[in-house]
Amino acid sequence: MDSLIALWEWLGTNLIVLQILIKIVVIVAPLMLCVAYFTYAERKLIGYMQVRIGPNRVGPKGWLQPIADAVKLMFKEIVIPTKANKVLFLIAPLLTLGPALAAWAVFPFSDGLVLADLNAGLLYILALTSIGVYGVIIAGWASNSKYAFLGAMRSAAQIVAYEIAMGFALVGVLVAAGSLNLGEIVRAQQSDAGIFGWFWLPLFPLFIIYFISGVAETNRAPFDVAEGESEIVAGFHVEYSGMPFAVFFLGEYANMILISALTALLFMGGWLSPLPASWVDGVFLLGDGIHWLFLKTAFAGFFFLWFRATFPRYRYDQIMRLGWKVFIPITIVWILVVGLMVVYQFAWFS
Amino acid sequence: MTFEKFVFYVFAAILVFAATMVITRRNPVHSALFLVLAFFSSAGIWLLAEAEFLAIVLILVYVGAVMVLFLFVVMMLDIDLATLKAGFIKHMPVGVLVALVMAIEMFMVVGPANFGLEKVPAPAAQGAGYNNTEELGSVLYTVYMYPFEIAAVILLVGIIAAIGLTMRKRPETKFQDPSVQVRVKKADRLRVIKMDAED
Repeated sequence: MDSLIALWEWLGTNLIVLQILIKIVVIVAPLMLCVAYFTYAERKLIGYMQVRIGPNRVGPKGWLQPIADAVKLMFKEIVIPTKANKVLFLIAPLLTLGPALAAWAVFPFSDGLVLADLNAGLLYILALTSIGVYGVIIAGWASNSKYAFLGAMRSAAQIVAYEIAMGFALVGVLVAAGSLNLGEIVRAQQSDAGIFGWFWLPLFPLFIIYFISGVAETNRAPFDVAEGESEIVAGFHVEYSGMPFAVFFLGEYANMILISALTALLFMGGWLSPLPASWVDGVFLLGDGIHWLFLKTAFAGFFFLWFRATFPRYRYDQIMRLGWKVFIPITIVWILVVGLMVVYQFAWFS
Repeated sequence: MTFEKFVFYVFAAILVFAATMVITRRNPVHSALFLVLAFFSSAGIWLLAEAEFLAIVLILVYVGAVMVLFLFVVMMLDIDLATLKAGFIKHMPVGVLVALVMAIEMFMVVGPANFGLEKVPAPAAQGAGYNNTEELGSVLYTVYMYPFEIAAVILLVGIIAAIGLTMRKRPETKFQDPSVQVRVKKADRLRVIKMDAED
């Protein structure tokens, strides 16, 4: 053990690139596994909500289903449409997955457990989530297909609209925490009130709007008009098959996990324990720790699946109205309220 | 050559390459995408210059919002590539002349005569704890408060004017009023009547 620690420290001073690469693998490999089992959880949960069993054939209780799906997609033929723009067609899925993975670089999993402790972390995440839209637009255009293009146009307008509401919600968090550093934002939620000290309570409207905008940003039901199976077949990825399709799929689920984890981090106290610190400090599993972050992320992720099983798809004009005429005004008003609360040191901010 | 210098030259080379492709590609969508690449590489250069706030905002605003809308429009245009290609040789002398004049002007303004190292010394590198965003914010909202607010108001006027230009009454369009839809009661829509079964 000691020799391992010594080796790690030696890497840190002499071969820092290798050390960072190992850290990246340690973050991305479990994330990919989470993505695989998130798809399984989705099929199983929606199955139970619709009073059926869901996948149960591959492995015990269907646990190997995501592995089987991955293997199937890997060995499928990659079909590129005749008149498609080959380079852009193949770059597009990577542009969806890349930002969703890169955003984890500044994500603090626990106190000090972070790959790059950027002091503009929140801004970095905003910038990266805003370039995720390119994957969808380029896929739609490069496919040279009407359906794909319509899907891309719908999704571009939708993502741009909800990004503004999302950005304003984050401005509220930034005002409340007084920092752009994600670790600092979590530490600002630490108080002796436990769960009631987190930002979800003083920023309640922003919390709801951030999460719903997140659902819209990831093109998930009920905001999945970009796919709209019933009217435009599958939207922007209608022409994709095999591995490029799988990468889109990975990107969508990685984005969902990212939004859930960010919601947990920014509004639900990240790695903080929901019980007051003075009761549980140092108690095994009840004190602060990375497991709380995982639990909160799973909690937020569950809502993605629950929404999909519950709500019918929005009509396009209703999506636009909700984004521009409801969410943006509410966020602007609440930023003002948060500002006043901070200036007059109201309850949470004293 | 230090590592930093090497990274700078890589970014600079990509930037110049992307910028050349923006103006030489025939397909406007490709041009727009190369412009995105150019923004990325200049953001990289700004990061090297310790302007991380500006670098991230460049990505956030130009790549994340402006270029998306650009692409949105460019993709919907039906451009005839043949007419675009025509007349390139004819207009070339004028283009070269304009480019030359602009290059000379830029050299005269930002050349070594005004911005040489002896005129403007290179700023000292800041420590790891230096917060670019905070520094910018504290200056922007105190010393430059009025210019900042005036710029904001001008932008707001621009937004309102742009929306005002596209506003027009179209009597034939149909739309739904969601608040009316929400207020609907069962009694307004549905009438339960009792009637005898007919045979």
